[in-house]
Amino acid sequence: MLQMIMSAVMLGLIWSVMTIGVYITFRILGIADLTVEGSIAMGGAIAAQAIYSGSDPYWAAFLAILGGMAAGLATGILHTKLKIPALLSGILTMIALYSINLRILGKANLSLLRMNTVFSPFKEMSFIQNKAFAGWGISHFMGVIIPAALCVLGIIILLYWFFGTEIGSAIRATGNNSQMARAQGINTNNMIMLGLIISNGLVALSGALIAQQQGFADIQMGIGSIVIGLASLIIGEVLFGKRGFFSRLLSLVLGAITYRIIIAFVLDRGMSPNDLKLFTALTVAFALSLPVIKSSVQQLVKGIREGR
Amino acid sequence: MLAVNNVYKTFNSGTVNEKTALNNISLHLGAGEFVTLIGGNGSGKSTLLNCIAGVHAVDKGSIIIDGVDVTRQPEHVRAKDLGRVFQDPMLGTAADMQIEENLALAYRRGKRRSLRWGITAKERRFYRDLLGTLELGLEDRLSLKVGMLSGGQRQALALLMATLKEPKLLLLDEHTAALDPKTAVKVLEITEKIVMENKLTTLMVTHNMRDAIRYGNRLIMMHEGRILLDIEGEAKKKLTVEELLSRFGQASSGEEFTQDSVLLS
Ligand SMILES: Nc1ncnc2c1ncn2[C@@H]1O[C@H](COP(=O)(O)OP(=O)(O)OP(=O)(O)O)[C@@H](O)[C@H]1O
Ligand SMILES: [Mg+2]
Repeated sequence: MLQMIMSAVMLGLIWSVMTIGVYITFRILGIADLTVEGSIAMGGAIAAQAIYSGSDPYWAAFLAILGGMAAGLATGILHTKLKIPALLSGILTMIALYSINLRILGKANLSLLRMNTVFSPFKEMSFIQNKAFAGWGISHFMGVIIPAALCVLGIIILLYWFFGTEIGSAIRATGNNSQMARAQGINTNNMIMLGLIISNGLVALSGALIAQQQGFADIQMGIGSIVIGLASLIIGEVLFGKRGFFSRLLSLVLGAITYRIIIAFVLDRGMSPNDLKLFTALTVAFALSLPVIKSSVQQLVKGIREGR
Repeated sequence: MLAVNNVYKTFNSGTVNEKTALNNISLHLGAGEFVTLIGGNGSGKSTLLNCIAGVHAVDKGSIIIDGVDVTRQPEHVRAKDLGRVFQDPMLGTAADMQIEENLALAYRRGKRRSLRWGITAKERRFYRDLLGTLELGLEDRLSLKVGMLSGGQRQALALLMATLKEPKLLLLDEHTAALDPKTAVKVLEITEKIVMENKLTTLMVTHNMRDAIRYGNRLIMMHEGRILLDIEGEAKKKLTVEELLSRFGQASSGEEFTQDSVLLS
């Protein structure tokens, strides 16, 4: 049980980086950006290939971020300069990235077995190898959880600062009301591009961390990730509120962890892993339709009260 | 301050929905002029303002603001000289952002935005005083989300935002049309106060003939993409609704003119 929860926390933390990326496009910019499906795999592919070719794992993660940012830029150009609808722009980049990721990986799957990763130095720390963790059998998880938590905290602080600056405010205004933003002299095209770049940089970083944690990168690893991101985002909003920007960012992390716990739980109850994506998609569909369901339930209750 | 020279604008040209919204419009506004603009539905008032602001590119003609040809400038670049308030209270402000954040965005219109913090403590005090002048009780609610405000409060805030950084030209497109009559009067009074105090060059679209006559020092009437009447100075002061209607009847060349219920409100 403890192991199951620790595993969920570990995965939740790593995936929360991509959830934060999805939040930037979906909630701040108001765009459903499918680029993430490609950029998460791209992050994994770049990091794996770099480590495999002998690079430092931190450098590999940095390269992954750059790759993701380039993917975001591509979608941004398609959308703002070439006026292709946002959804389609994301799909185009995602499809293109499939081929690009294959080229980066050289094959469908690249193993990092016995290679050093960003987590290796932490796993060897005596603090993490202590008796208590070892006794519970969670040293392995703590070796990922602690650095991942620090990384996520750093990202949250950085984003909290950034979205409070003049440029960050301009991005928020663009997503909230682009007509008003332009009337206030904001170059909304550039702001949308910037948002996509930051978002996909984070998503690729998440992919790089996932690959390093699981010990391999796979061309398929992005499939369905947008829905996982959305599910985590919505769970976070519903369960942990949306007051203030800082608590919103924190709620994304808690949402990502909760999502992993739910998944671990239903798998433990005997659900087939093959049904996971269906389950996640249904959860998201349900959560997104909550407002409609709520109002029709209210109508119904009202109707019954009035005796119709 | 503003020169619109022989501007044409046709929407959906070459299709069955082709619509000439501006048909050879020329208009010159001197510094400090407060012009009211009236005309029936679809006469091209909004299109004219949108062409000045750069929302639409013009087909032909040029637009000069304070001596600078802005005809080819994108909307966000022209914005540095323009203050705008729209008909829909939802459009002029960012609903999910706080009152002070909205003001801070407007305060930076035309400035290069950097990684400095989006709002300073000094600004906050300034905004508080400024909101106090509206007498709407907003001065103590700086961190309230704008979405919580009433339509009238939002339009008053939008007006402040449009004039916070003094614009060379203030464009108001029926900014009181969505408000109830009492609130509309209040917002119009605030408008007049701001315009007079800062001597702003202003172009205000209204559907209300009485307002068009009462406010400003020049009145322009549009019809089918052209300027039909242009009355200023003493003549404008003496104008009555009846006279306006009859002159509209003559000018629109004998076209049957029943008292348009929209025009006369
Ligand atoms: N974006 C657009 N695309 C196509 N046609 C448009 C567009 N904007 C305006 N038009 C058309 O141009 C004409 C002038 O419209 P405009 O909105 O300028 O009128 P208006 O004088 O502001 O009217 P109202 O008093 O109803 O606001 C109308 O026939 C309208 O249908
Ligand atoms: Mg209009």
